[in-house]
Amino acid sequence: MKELIDEKGLRIDGRRVDELRPLKIEVGVLKNADGSSYIEMGKNKIVVAVYGPKEVHPKHQALPDRSVLRCRYHMAPFSTDTRKPPQPSRREIEISKVIREALEPALMLEEYPRTAIDVYLEVLQADGGSRCAGITASAVALADAGISMRDMVVACAAGKASGQVVIDLNDVEDKEGEADMPIAIMPNLNQLTLFQLDGILTPEEFEKAFEMAINACRAIYNAQRKALMDKYFGKAEVGEE
Amino acid sequence: MSAVKKSIVVEQLRKVQMIELLSKEKRLDNRGLTDFRPITMETGIIEKANGSARVQVGNTQVIAGVKIEIGDPFPDTPDKGLLVVNTEVLPLASAYAEPGPPDEDAIELARVVDRGVRESHMIDLSKLALIPGKKVLAVFVDVNVLNTDGNLLDATSYATVASIATSKMPRFYVDENGQIKQSDEIISLPIDGIPVSVTMARIGDTLIVDPTSEEEAVMDARITLVLDEDGNLCAGQKGQPGTLTFDQVKLATNIAKVKAKEIREIIKGEIMKDARS
Repeated sequence: MKELIDEKGLRIDGRRVDELRPLKIEVGVLKNADGSSYIEMGKNKIVVAVYGPKEVHPKHQALPDRSVLRCRYHMAPFSTDTRKPPQPSRREIEISKVIREALEPALMLEEYPRTAIDVYLEVLQADGGSRCAGITASAVALADAGISMRDMVVACAAGKASGQVVIDLNDVEDKEGEADMPIAIMPNLNQLTLFQLDGILTPEEFEKAFEMAINACRAIYNAQRKALMDKYFGKAEVGEE
Repeated sequence: MSAVKKSIVVEQLRKVQMIELLSKEKRLDNRGLTDFRPITMETGIIEKANGSARVQVGNTQVIAGVKIEIGDPFPDTPDKGLLVVNTEVLPLASAYAEPGPPDEDAIELARVVDRGVRESHMIDLSKLALIPGKKVLAVFVDVNVLNTDGNLLDATSYATVASIATSKMPRFYVDENGQIKQSDEIISLPIDGIPVSVTMARIGDTLIVDPTSEEEAVMDARITLVLDEDGNLCAGQKGQPGTLTFDQVKLATNIAKVKAKEIREIIKGEIMKDARS
C-alpha cells in the first residue's frame, strides 16, 4: 500500500492530519441564478446555482404544504483523471439524493408551498470530498437566494490513511486510504444531516474521526459566514460566532 | 421504496400516534425498540445461479442470485476481480412499485449494500484475477425485491451476503497457451468474514431497529451501519431528509454492534447448513 503519511506526520500534500485544504468560497457568481456560489477546496472546483422558489414542472410533483427541493450533482466530463461520460452515473444519482437530504433539514420549505427549489451542483474539477464541498457551497447559494433557513449546512469528511485518522481527504487519500466518512452538520443546531462511511474504522477510530469531522465543519462554517458577509456587508471584520 | 402511500393528514396523524406509542417503548407489532422481526433465510434455491438466497425479514422478502462470469477488469484495478451489486424493486413487490429503470432509492439501496460487502473485504477480489490487466472473474449479484414491508436495506444485504458466501463455481485456470479453461473441480469464492448491516430509523426522539413500511412512512431519518467480523464499522449511510443528533449516532453504533453479532449467527447458521447439504 502507498505510504500516505511520512515519518514527520505530514500527508502527501504536506498537511497535518487535522489540517484542511486551502478553501475559497465566493457568493453570487452567476447572474441568472437566484442564488449561486463557487467553492475551491483543494483542487475541487464546484459551482452551484439555486433557482427558486418557482413553479413546479411537472406539476404533479408539487406539494400542497411545502416546497419541493431538487438537487442535481453532476461532474463535468473533464473533471476527473479519465473522462467521465456526461450522462448521470449511479454514483451521481446517489450523491444527488444524499445532498438533497443533507440540505433539506435546514430549509424552511413550509414557507413556499406548491413551489420547487432547484439546486444545481456542477463539479468542474474533482479532488476527493466533492460532495462535501458541494454541500458547503450549496448552503451558501441557498442563503444567497434568500431562502429561509434554520441554520447553515456544512460538510467535511474524516477518514483513515496509512493507519491514521485524518480530515478532509484528497483524491489520493480517498482512493488509497482505508476509510472515508463524509458528514454534514447544522453547526448551530448541532444536528447531523449527512453521514456516509466507506471503509473500515474501529469503534475508537470512528469516535475520533466523527469528532474531528465535526470540528472541521465548524472551521468551514466560519468561511461560509465570511463569504456571505463579504458579499452583503462589504469586506468587514467578521468576529467569531 | 415506501409501500404505504403518503397522505399529508393521515401521515401526520399516524406520526403522532406512533410517537406516543414509542414514548412508551412500544411498537405497533409489539416488538421492542431494538428487536428485529423474524428473519428466515434459504440458500441454493436457484440451480442455474452460482449462488442464491431468499431472505425474509418479517413481510419483506427479497431474492438474490449470483452469476460469476469472465470479464474485463476496471482500468484502475487491473489485478482485481469485479463485484457488481444491482437491485430491482419489482412491480409485484407492492401496490406502489412501478416498472422501469431503477430510481434513486433502488440505486442507493444497491450502492449501500455493495459498499458493505466491498469495504468489509468479504470477497478477496485479488484472488479473482485470471490474466492480470486483461481477464478477471466478475461476481454479479442481482437482488429482486419480491415484497416490500420496510427495511429493504438489511434484507437485501443479508441476501447478498448469503448468496455470495454459498456461491459455487468451477475452478478457472489459464493453460500454457494463455487460454482460460475451467476444471471439473467445484470451488467456493474466496470468502473472509461476514459483514452485517443494521438499519435504524429515528421517529421523534426514538431510535428503532428494522423499521416496517408503516414506520418508514413516518420516520424522520434512517441510519444504516455495516459491521465486519471484528466488530469494526465498514460502511454507513444516513437516509431521509431528517437529522440525527451526535449522541443518536453514537447510540446507533452501540445498538448496531449488538444486533450485528446476533444476525451474523443466523447468516452463518444458514451458510453451514448449505455447506453440509
